[in-house]
Amino acid sequence: MNMQTPDLNTKSTNSDNTRTLSRRSFIRTMAGAGGGLVLGFHIPGAIAAAVAPEPWTTPTDGTEINAWLTIDIDGTVTIRVPHTEQGQGALTSVSSMIAEELDVPWNKVQAVFADMNRHVNYGQEYVVTTTHGSQLVRMQHPHIMQAGASARERLKAAAAQSWGVSPAQITARQGVLSAGNRSAEYAEFVTAAAEISLAEEPSIKTPDQWWLLGQPTPRLEVPVKVNGSAHYSIDTQLDGMVYAAVKCCPVPWGKLKSYDFDAVRNRTGVIDVVEFKALEGKTFTSDMQNGVAIVADSWYRAKTALDLMPIEWDFGPNANVSNESQAAEAQRLFEVPGDISNEVGADAVAKIDSSERALSAQYHRPYETHARMEPINATVSVTDERIDVWSPTQDQAAPIRIIADHLNRDPKEIFVNSAFIGGAFGGNGGGATAVTKQAAEISNRLRRPVKVIWSREEDVAHDKQRPPVHTELKAALGENGLPEAFFSRAVWFSHEGIANHGPATADEAIGNMPYLVPNRRHERHNVAAHIPTATHRAPGVNQNGFIIEQFADEMALAGGWDPLEWRLEMTKGLEPWQRVLLKLKEISGFTTDLPKGEGMGIAIIADHGSICGACATVSVSQRGQLNIEKLQIVINSGYLINPLNASEQLEGAACWELSHALYAGLDLKDGRFTNTNFDSYNLMRMPQVPEIETHFALSQDGWWGGMGEPGGPPSPPAVANAIFFATGKRVRSTPIGKHDLSWS
Amino acid sequence: MAISLRVNGTAYEVDAEPETPLLWVLRDNIGLTGTKFGCGIAQCGVCTVHLDGQPIRSCITPASIAVGRNITTIEGLSDDNQHPVQQAWIENSVPQCGYCQSGQIMSAAALLERNPSPSDSEIDTAMAGNLCRCGTYPRIRKAVHRAANLIQSSRG
Repeated sequence: MNMQTPDLNTKSTNSDNTRTLSRRSFIRTMAGAGGGLVLGFHIPGAIAAAVAPEPWTTPTDGTEINAWLTIDIDGTVTIRVPHTEQGQGALTSVSSMIAEELDVPWNKVQAVFADMNRHVNYGQEYVVTTTHGSQLVRMQHPHIMQAGASARERLKAAAAQSWGVSPAQITARQGVLSAGNRSAEYAEFVTAAAEISLAEEPSIKTPDQWWLLGQPTPRLEVPVKVNGSAHYSIDTQLDGMVYAAVKCCPVPWGKLKSYDFDAVRNRTGVIDVVEFKALEGKTFTSDMQNGVAIVADSWYRAKTALDLMPIEWDFGPNANVSNESQAAEAQRLFEVPGDISNEVGADAVAKIDSSERALSAQYHRPYETHARMEPINATVSVTDERIDVWSPTQDQAAPIRIIADHLNRDPKEIFVNSAFIGGAFGGNGGGATAVTKQAAEISNRLRRPVKVIWSREEDVAHDKQRPPVHTELKAALGENGLPEAFFSRAVWFSHEGIANHGPATADEAIGNMPYLVPNRRHERHNVAAHIPTATHRAPGVNQNGFIIEQFADEMALAGGWDPLEWRLEMTKGLEPWQRVLLKLKEISGFTTDLPKGEGMGIAIIADHGSICGACATVSVSQRGQLNIEKLQIVINSGYLINPLNASEQLEGAACWELSHALYAGLDLKDGRFTNTNFDSYNLMRMPQVPEIETHFALSQDGWWGGMGEPGGPPSPPAVANAIFFATGKRVRSTPIGKHDLSWS
Repeated sequence: MAISLRVNGTAYEVDAEPETPLLWVLRDNIGLTGTKFGCGIAQCGVCTVHLDGQPIRSCITPASIAVGRNITTIEGLSDDNQHPVQQAWIENSVPQCGYCQSGQIMSAAALLERNPSPSDSEIDTAMAGNLCRCGTYPRIRKAVHRAANLIQSSRG
C-alpha cells in the first residue's frame, strides 16, 4: 500500500502580485471571511470551511431565548433553521414564520443552520429536521410559529416584570416593547426573557393577523448565490484533506471480482485503494454497493487513476434485466389479479366487461434519475475525539445516526456542518447515505479528512432512481357519456416493493382520484427489481398523474364531453377542485376548437395536500416538431406564506417534470443503464422552456397544502392532452420526444 | 509540475499535471470553489469561466491552455455583487438551489459583453449549454433582459 503523504500546498512565485497559498492559510482566510469558526453561515458571507469548534456555539453574540433564535444587542435576530436548504426556500420560510410571530423588522433577521449535534443528543428541540414531502410550511408551521410566539410572550413578560405592569399592557411590535410611555428594544430583555416560564404558551396567529407572511419576500440567501460564496458540501476544504473517486458495480448488487492497484499506485498523488462491501438485507437504510475507491491528493488524480485501474466485476443474476424484460413482465401481470388498493361501489370489472361503451388503454413511465446539479459527495473527518461530516443530505440530523451506526461511535461525538445543497428532489435522503458511509469508512481507515465525490457517471448509475410503472386502465361509460365503472391495474418495479416508498407512491392520483365514478377498483402489483429506487419530486403522482389525466381526456372524449367541462362535472361539490378548474377556465380560454397543429390541454391533480391544475398551449408542425408555447398553472394550497417563492416553486416543478416527460427516461439494458451523463440523459434546456404563468386560487378555509412538488405532476399530461388535440395522437408513454408526432 | 495561471488578476503557481482540467485547478489547488463540477464533459455549464473574456467549460479545458491568459471566475466578476448580471439575478430572485448559477451568470455576462441587447432567441441560444434542475430558466431569461437594461442605462 502506498501511504506517501501528498504535498497539498500550492507554491508561490513570490512576485508582487502573487499570493502564497497553502491549504492551511486558505482555510484560515475562509474562516475569517465567515466571521469566525462557526456552524452555519451568515448572510451575507460564506461558511467557515473548517472543522467546527465546540457544540452549542452560536454564530453571533446573541442571547438564546429558545433553540430557534437569538437576539443580539444591536437587535439582530438570528434564526436557527434545522432544515436543509435545497433551493426550496427553507431558510426564508422558517425565518419569516418566526419573524411574523416575534414581530421584528425583516431587515434585522438573519438565518443560520441549526446545530444537529444538539438536536440529536439533547432533546430534539427542532421536532422535525427531515426536509421532504412539501411539508415544511403546511405541516410544521404550528410548531415553528409557536417558537416565535413563545419568544415574543417571554419578552413581554420580562418587560412587564421590570416595569411593574401586567404583560397584557405590553405591546411587542417591530423589535420594540412598549407600555404607556415606556419602551425598550427587545435586546434589553432577552436575557430575562430566556429565564421566563409562561403559565400557558400563546396561540399562533391566524392568517388575517399576518403582517409579513403572505408578502412576496425575497429569499435570504440570494446574495451569496450570485457570487460563488455560498458553501455547498462539495466545496468543503480541510487541512490535510484527501480525495476519493468511487466506482461501484455497474449492475447494482453485482460483485467486485478483482482490481489491479499496482497498475496505478505509482501515479503522482495516489495514496490508497479502498474496497466497499454491499450490505445486503439492510438496503433501504444501508445502501452500500460493492465497489472500490482510489484515494489521492486531488480528486482529479484519484478519478484518473480509478479510470485507468483494471477492474473486473461479477454482474450476477440481474445482468439480463432490461426495460423490455420488465415490459414483458408487466404484460403478463396485466392478466393476473393484483393487490386491491382502493375499491368503491361494486362489480366494476364485470360492468366494464359487459359494457357496450367500454374503453381501455395502457400507459408507461420509465426509470428516471435525480441528476441534481451537485453530484453526490460527502466529506468526513474521523478522529479519536470527534467526527465531522459535510453531506448534501435532506435530513441534516441523519448523518449523525448513519455514522454512529456505521462506525459504532457515540452520536455525541459526531457533528454535522450544514451547507447548502445543489438540489435534492427526494434523492438525498437515502441518496446521501451510501456516500456518507464511504467517506466515513475511508476517513476512519486513514484518520484524515476525506472528500468523496461521485463522478456524474457514478451518480447516474448509483442514484436511487424513480421507479417505473406500467398501468392498464379500463372504463365503461353510462348513457350520459360519463364513466359508471373504472378499473386500473398498475405494475411497479422497485427494489423492496413500492410500499417502502409509502403506499401513496403507488396509489396517489389514481387510487384516490376525485372523479365521482360510482364503481371503481384499483389494483397494483409490486415487483421486486434490483435497481435501487427512492422518492423523486412528487413520487408516484408524476407517473400516475400523467396516466390518469390523459385517460380522463380519453374518457371525456369517448363520452362526447369537453375535457374541462367533464372535470367540472366529475368533481361537482368538491370546492378545492372546482376553485382551481374555474380559475383555469377563466385565465386560459381553454378550447378544443383550434386548427390542426395547435392544441390546448388541461390536467388537474392533488399532490402533497394541494390541488394543482395546468393548461398547456402547444403547436406541432406537420413534421412533428413540438413547441410548448405557454403553460398556465393554478394551485390551491389552502394558504400561502410567500407568493414569490411559491411562484418559483411552481415554475421549477413544472420544468422539472416536463424535462422527464419530454426528454429523459433511463434505458435499462443488461441490468444497468445505458445513460451515463447529460449527453445521454437529456433534460430541458433554455430553448425548450415555455412561457410559464402561475396563479393562486386559495380556499383559505382551514387546510394547508404543499408547494414544492405539486407544480410538476399536471404539466406533462396537460402537454400530452394538448398534443392529442394538435395531432390526433395519444402519447401514452414518456419520453414524449421519442414519439413520432407528425401529422397530415 | 508547476503551472502559472492568472485568475481574477492574481498570479498563482500550482502543482498539477498540465492536462488537469482548469476546473480542478481552480477548485482544489487555488480554492476558488464558486466554479462548480457538474458533468466533466462540457454538457451542463456549471463550470463556466471566462478565458480572455470568452466563456469556456473549465471541466474539459486543460489548465495548460490557460497559461498566459486572463481567467475570470464568478469570484472575479465583481467585489460586491454590483455587476449588472448579479444585480438582475437578485432583482428577479433567480437562484433556487443556486449550484448552477455561477455558470449561468458567467454565460450571461459573456453574452452581454458581445451582444448588449439580446433577443429571446439569442438568449436561448447563448444559455442552451447551461442546465438548471430547479427550473429557474424563466427567471434567467427575464434577468438577462433586465441586465441588458441596466447596462444600457449605465452607459446613458
